[in-house]
Amino acid sequence: MSVTLLIEQLLNGVQLGTMLFLMASGLTLVFGVMGLINLAHGSFYMVGAYATAAVTASTGSFLVGLGAGIIAAALVGALVELIVIRRLYHRPHLDQVLATFALILIFSEGTRWIFGSSPMRLSPPSWLTGFVTLPGDTRYPIYRLMLIGVGITVSIALYFLISKTRLGMRIRAGESDREMIGALGVNISKLYTLVFALGAGLAGLAGALVGALQSVQVGMGEPVLILAFVVIVIGGIGSIKGALFGALLVGLVDTLGRVYLPIFFRTFMPPSEASGVGAALAAMLIYILMAIILAFKPKGLFSAHD
Amino acid sequence: MSETILSLNHLHKQFGALQATNDVSLELQTGEIHALIGPNGAGKSTLIGQIAGNIRPDKGSVYLSGTEITGMSIAQRARLGLGRSFQVSSLAEPLSVMRNVMMGVQALQSHSFRFWKPVAQDQQLLEPAVEALERMQLSHRAWTPVCELSHGERRQVEVACALALKPRALLLDEPMAGLGPEGSAKLTELLEALKLEVPILLIEHDMDAVFRLADRISVLVSGSVIAHGDSQTIRQDPRVRDAYLGDADA
Amino acid sequence: MTNNTPLTNNTGLSKSAAPGVANSGLATQPDNHFDRKGLVQIVLLGLLFLVPVAAYFLGHIYYVNLASRITIIAMAAVGLNLAIGYGGMVSFGHAAYFGLGGYVAGISAYHAFNFTPFMTWPVNVPGSDSMLVVWLVAILVCALLALAIGAISLRTTGVYFIMITLAFAQMIYYFANSWPTYGGEDGLPIYLRNGLPGLDTNNALTYFLICFFGLVLAMAITSRLMKSRFGAALTMARLNDVRLATAGISPYPIRLVAFVISAVITGLAGALYADLNGFVSPTMLSWHFSGELMVIVILGGVGRLYGPLAGAVLFVMMETLLGGMTQYWQLFLGLVLLGVVLFAKHGVMGWLAGRERNE
Repeated sequence: MSVTLLIEQLLNGVQLGTMLFLMASGLTLVFGVMGLINLAHGSFYMVGAYATAAVTASTGSFLVGLGAGIIAAALVGALVELIVIRRLYHRPHLDQVLATFALILIFSEGTRWIFGSSPMRLSPPSWLTGFVTLPGDTRYPIYRLMLIGVGITVSIALYFLISKTRLGMRIRAGESDREMIGALGVNISKLYTLVFALGAGLAGLAGALVGALQSVQVGMGEPVLILAFVVIVIGGIGSIKGALFGALLVGLVDTLGRVYLPIFFRTFMPPSEASGVGAALAAMLIYILMAIILAFKPKGLFSAHD
Repeated sequence: MSETILSLNHLHKQFGALQATNDVSLELQTGEIHALIGPNGAGKSTLIGQIAGNIRPDKGSVYLSGTEITGMSIAQRARLGLGRSFQVSSLAEPLSVMRNVMMGVQALQSHSFRFWKPVAQDQQLLEPAVEALERMQLSHRAWTPVCELSHGERRQVEVACALALKPRALLLDEPMAGLGPEGSAKLTELLEALKLEVPILLIEHDMDAVFRLADRISVLVSGSVIAHGDSQTIRQDPRVRDAYLGDADA
Repeated sequence: MTNNTPLTNNTGLSKSAAPGVANSGLATQPDNHFDRKGLVQIVLLGLLFLVPVAAYFLGHIYYVNLASRITIIAMAAVGLNLAIGYGGMVSFGHAAYFGLGGYVAGISAYHAFNFTPFMTWPVNVPGSDSMLVVWLVAILVCALLALAIGAISLRTTGVYFIMITLAFAQMIYYFANSWPTYGGEDGLPIYLRNGLPGLDTNNALTYFLICFFGLVLAMAITSRLMKSRFGAALTMARLNDVRLATAGISPYPIRLVAFVISAVITGLAGALYADLNGFVSPTMLSWHFSGELMVIVILGGVGRLYGPLAGAVLFVMMETLLGGMTQYWQLFLGLVLLGVVLFAKHGVMGWLAGRERNE
């Protein structure tokens, strides 16, 4: 029983971690290449989920919906970059925070206006429902397993994109020296739009996939966004490797903490109090983790920018 | 009778494979200007960093008036009487000259956790700041924002800021950089008058100024001091010529 | 006359030199004259005071409470402005202190109302329904929390600082959300507003005046603080921290103390807010509120004494007016904010009162 629980929770942790990575990789790329802090990244997550839900409902195909979600998020991302974000690259971080905070308000209220306040329906397609039995008699939902698979696939694809392609080379050049790549004759504004759209698309993918698991509603991107911030702060802002490591760490610590802390407190506390204390502490756990890591490494574990 | 104010003892600093500072020992005595020269890439900045406190040496020690300051922060060193100026002007641009200079006076008098009395009426702060400005012949610019000053005036403000600390030693990092002949001559004159009160460790590219001002010169090449002596000795030292000619060739 | 005694130049209108300094007017800064900025400030503060007083005597209690709300939010923003505007520390987590101050008021009132002790070990601590006690505890609690958060966060700069302050505030938020004793995510009602000796705090005008006094005090303290040695050091820490260190002053403790003072002001505003609404919930701790406080500071004009007040007036008016017209008012708030950030960098006060002199 307890081994089964552990395996299940480990998988849940990895699943949360891979989804966080989809969010965090975009955030950290945008910061690494353009030096921009983007609070509105959670809005692309939401856009992806809504577009997927709407298209899935009208076509009946989850896969078509998913494709539409990614494209919608990437397009909205490109549009936002063209209209607003590119005016912010040379601005102080305070301006970036405020402008992207304004974008959150616009996106959230705009979505509420168009789709209403009640959550939209989006569920995994029938061929992805059900369970598989893993070694040790753990029954695990196929859909969640698929999420892990998608997360791993995207991570590998991203790795190849950045380390093996021309675009990746330019991104890496941009990370190390922003003026330099302009001098190399790379069309910077096109590159920036592309990177931003890529990040938005990944966020949209995450939103669509998680939306089918939880619910599609206004504001769904915000808790994830803040978790993604914790991830990239832990990993080192600008570092993809750090984002991957941080995402898995946060995913596992958060998931396992929520399950095992109340159990732990129950060993020496009355059950009702134990679940309260355990839940409260579990909710704080990743922030405590972040504080400890920063106390030793103020620039995160894999800092790309000193 | 001269006495040693600042001494560097066998400093070592390595960055990766690069030996940026290799067993450097120097001293600065009362009443003198000790110039440190060397071609680009000789490790001057690294050495200054170790004296000023933003770089920690791997080995060796730094003493100021007999107190070891090797492990101290920049601010602690400053309070002990190490004044410095920067190669690139590092003043608070929007603030007046006075406000920049007053900072050092404030640090000297006590801690800065005084929350009530306005500084603009605080004669204890203003008078020493005015004095430092007068020494640099800048009184007439006291309430001008730094961003409106000329390049040469900024250089003078930098030195005035260091003077406000009533320093025991001054560390001036290329104070002549970017100055025209006139500004350079003026600063040379001011520094000459200053050295009787505060010994100066001068890092400078302008060789004319160095040979005119310096009582002693140390030459840093590839992280090591290769020559040391008065300007006559240094002028004639073949190793120094090599280092500089080699530099010019490259 | 011999000038041995340190003299202070108190004659605010005098343009001549302080008599204590030999030969010139060097040691005094030229005084600012009464100008457009001063006029705008007096009108702003005067209206904030007169409108609710008039509304009260005309029987419009709603507007008195609205003015209290503006005043409290302005005070919270004054606190944040000290960190962001004067100290250059972009804290994205000031809701933590606002909410914490609120919870101090709420929890204290809860225990006083139920006659249950807050804790019994190691000493018996009862609840209290006195605002003075609540404020004192709020000051202490917020100062301690800010000291801990600031001590870790200020080791970092830039984006890290922004995100870390945000994350710590989220930590407090989730804690309040999942801690069932004080209502969890449902929040905690304050059935009886806390009291002050000799005053009827339930009277809307009295309560407004208490809040107004709090705001004016916070602004006066900020103003005085920024003119002091501490303020001079903080300004230098914001503009050029290397220069500050080279002058012999470590920036870190200066920033940390400013951060703590900033948090305490915001926390006190939170305690007032909880008593105004008779309710405290995790919403006060949410990152949305941190963002709104930043918006207010920027709308008003960052690093300006009256900026937070102007920002709060504008923000609450927009919320009230637009909110009355459409339930999607935040969409328009977002558009206005975007416009201000992109095109009007100096905020409302910059627009009304001209650019700030940098002293």
